[in-house]
Amino acid sequence: MTPDEIRQEILDILEDIAPDEDLSQLEDEVPFREQLELDSMDFLDIVMELRKRHRIQIPEEDYGELASMASTVRYLEPRMKDVQRAG
Amino acid sequence: MYDTIIIGAGMSGLAAGIRLAHFDQRVCILERHTTIGGLNSFYRLRGRDFDVGLHAVTNFTPKGTRRGPLARLLKQLRFRWDDFQLAPQLGSEIAFPSVRLQFTNDPELLRSEIARAFPDQVDGYDRLLRNLLDYDQLGDETTFRLSAREILAQYFSDPLLVEMLLCPLMWYGNPRPHDMDFGQFCIMFRAIYLEGLARPLAGVRLILKHLVKRFRALGGELRLRSGVSRIIVEDGRVTGVELDNGEQIAARKVLSSAGLVETLRLCDDASRLERPAAGELSFIELVAVLDRKPRQLGHDRTIVFFNDSETFHWEKPADDLCDPRTGVVCSPNNYLYPDHAELPDGILRITMLANYDRWEALDESAYRLAKLAWFDRAAASAVRFVPDFRQYIVDSDMFTPTTIRRFTWHDHGAVYGAPDKRLDGRTHLPNLFLCGTDQGFVGIIGAMVSGISIANRYLLRD
Repeated sequence: MTPDEIRQEILDILEDIAPDEDLSQLEDEVPFREQLELDSMDFLDIVMELRKRHRIQIPEEDYGELASMASTVRYLEPRMKDVQRAG
Repeated sequence: MYDTIIIGAGMSGLAAGIRLAHFDQRVCILERHTTIGGLNSFYRLRGRDFDVGLHAVTNFTPKGTRRGPLARLLKQLRFRWDDFQLAPQLGSEIAFPSVRLQFTNDPELLRSEIARAFPDQVDGYDRLLRNLLDYDQLGDETTFRLSAREILAQYFSDPLLVEMLLCPLMWYGNPRPHDMDFGQFCIMFRAIYLEGLARPLAGVRLILKHLVKRFRALGGELRLRSGVSRIIVEDGRVTGVELDNGEQIAARKVLSSAGLVETLRLCDDASRLERPAAGELSFIELVAVLDRKPRQLGHDRTIVFFNDSETFHWEKPADDLCDPRTGVVCSPNNYLYPDHAELPDGILRITMLANYDRWEALDESAYRLAKLAWFDRAAASAVRFVPDFRQYIVDSDMFTPTTIRRFTWHDHGAVYGAPDKRLDGRTHLPNLFLCGTDQGFVGIIGAMVSGISIANRYLLRD
C-alpha cells in the first residue's frame, strides 16, 4: 500500500469505529485523542482491526506510534508496503 | 470446538458475543429461556407489547457526545447513535412526604432544586460533584467498597437530602441492603443525575433486536431453549458445557452471565468452593394499561421515586411479601419521542421491593390471590404520590420475584445480583469468566459495557 492508501485504510477503520464522526476535517498532524477523544480502548481497536484486516501485528510498546494520522501512516508504511488494498 | 461459549443471551452476553464474533471468533450464546434479554425482555399479551426490566436507559448522553459509557459502547459495538433511537425523558421526581426534587437530563435542574429545598446543602452538593469518582477510577476495590452513606455524611448535614439522593440510585442499581458501595454510588450518580434517562419508542426490544441481528450477521450462533446444566472442568480448566438435554459442547473459554454463585454451582468442582452470597433484593412490578395517557391525568413525570417517610429503607421486606413504603412509578409515555410519536396506550409501571422466599413458598392459589392483593396495595401506595389512575385501567399484568427467577435463573430473583461484585470478572478457573450484574455495572448500558470489557480484557487476547 502507498501512504495514501494506508491513510484511506485508517480512515475506513475510524469510520467503522466511530460512524457518527465527521472525518472529512481530520487534521493529520493533530493527535486522534485531541480531535476525536479516542481512548485506550479505541486505540486497541485500531490495532485489532489492522490485525483482522491485514494480519499486521503491532506490539504493545509501539501503540504510541498511532497517536495521529501522520505518525500512524509513517509507522505503517514499511510494514504495509507489500499489502494489497482489498477491493 | 468453539473459541468462546457465552452463557445467557442478555445485554451483557450479546454485547460480548458481538465483540468476539467481530474479531472472528467462533462464538455460541446459550440461553435457557425461549427468548433473549434476560432481565430486560419483552413479550406480547392480549395484543399488546409489554416490557420487563427496562424503565429507562440510564447513561443517556446526546448525539455527538464522545465520552461516557454510551459513547464507548456505540464505538465498541460499531453502532450509530441513531440506531438505538433514544428519546430523552420529560423529567423525573424524587417524592418524599415533605419535599419533592425534580430532575431531568440537564444536571443544572437537580442542583437548582437542591438549592431551593435545601439552601444550606448546595455547597456540599457542589463539593460532592467535584469528588465523584470517574468511570476509569473504579478499579480499586478498596475505594469501590467504601460506604456511600459514610462519605455522604461528610458532604451533607441534612440526612433527608442524603436519603432523597440515594433513593433513585439504590432503586436503579444497588444490590446491597441499607448502604451502597461508594463505587456503585458514583456509577449510578453519573448514570442518572449527570447523564440521564431515555427510552426508544419501541422499548427494549429495539435494542435487543439490533444486538441479535448484528451478532448473527457476524457469524455468531445463538441457541435458545439451551440451558447449561453443567460446566465441565478437567485438570483445573473448563473444557466445555453440558446442556439440560445432556448434549455436551466443547469450548476453549466460557463467559457466564448467569451470576457468580449460580455459575460456580454449575462447575464440576463446585463442592470444593466457598459459596459467595447471592443477592437478596427482588421486586414485584405491576403494569397498568390505561384508557388514556398519563398526561391526561395530569401526570407528566417520566419516573417518580417515592418514599413515604423521611427515612428510605432499602432492604428485603422481612415480614411481608412486599414493602409498600417505597416504590417507583414509570410512565413510558412520558418521553420526548421524535415527531411527537406516542405509544398506543397509556401505561404506568409500579415497582416495589419484594421477598423472594415468601413469594416462592406460596402454593398456586395463594400465589394468584397474593398477586391480586399486592396489585391493589402497590397501586394504592403509588397514588399517594401520583394522580389516581385506578379507574382507567383496561388491562394489566404483573411479575413477582418468582417470575424473575424463572426468566433469569438468578437465585432469589435478585435483580441487581450479588452484593459483592467480581469487578475483574475472574473466577477460580483460568478460562472461565463472568459478565453481567455480578461483574459490576448494572443497567442496560452498564450490562453491555460489562460484556464488552470482559471480552476485551480476557477473551480477545491469546
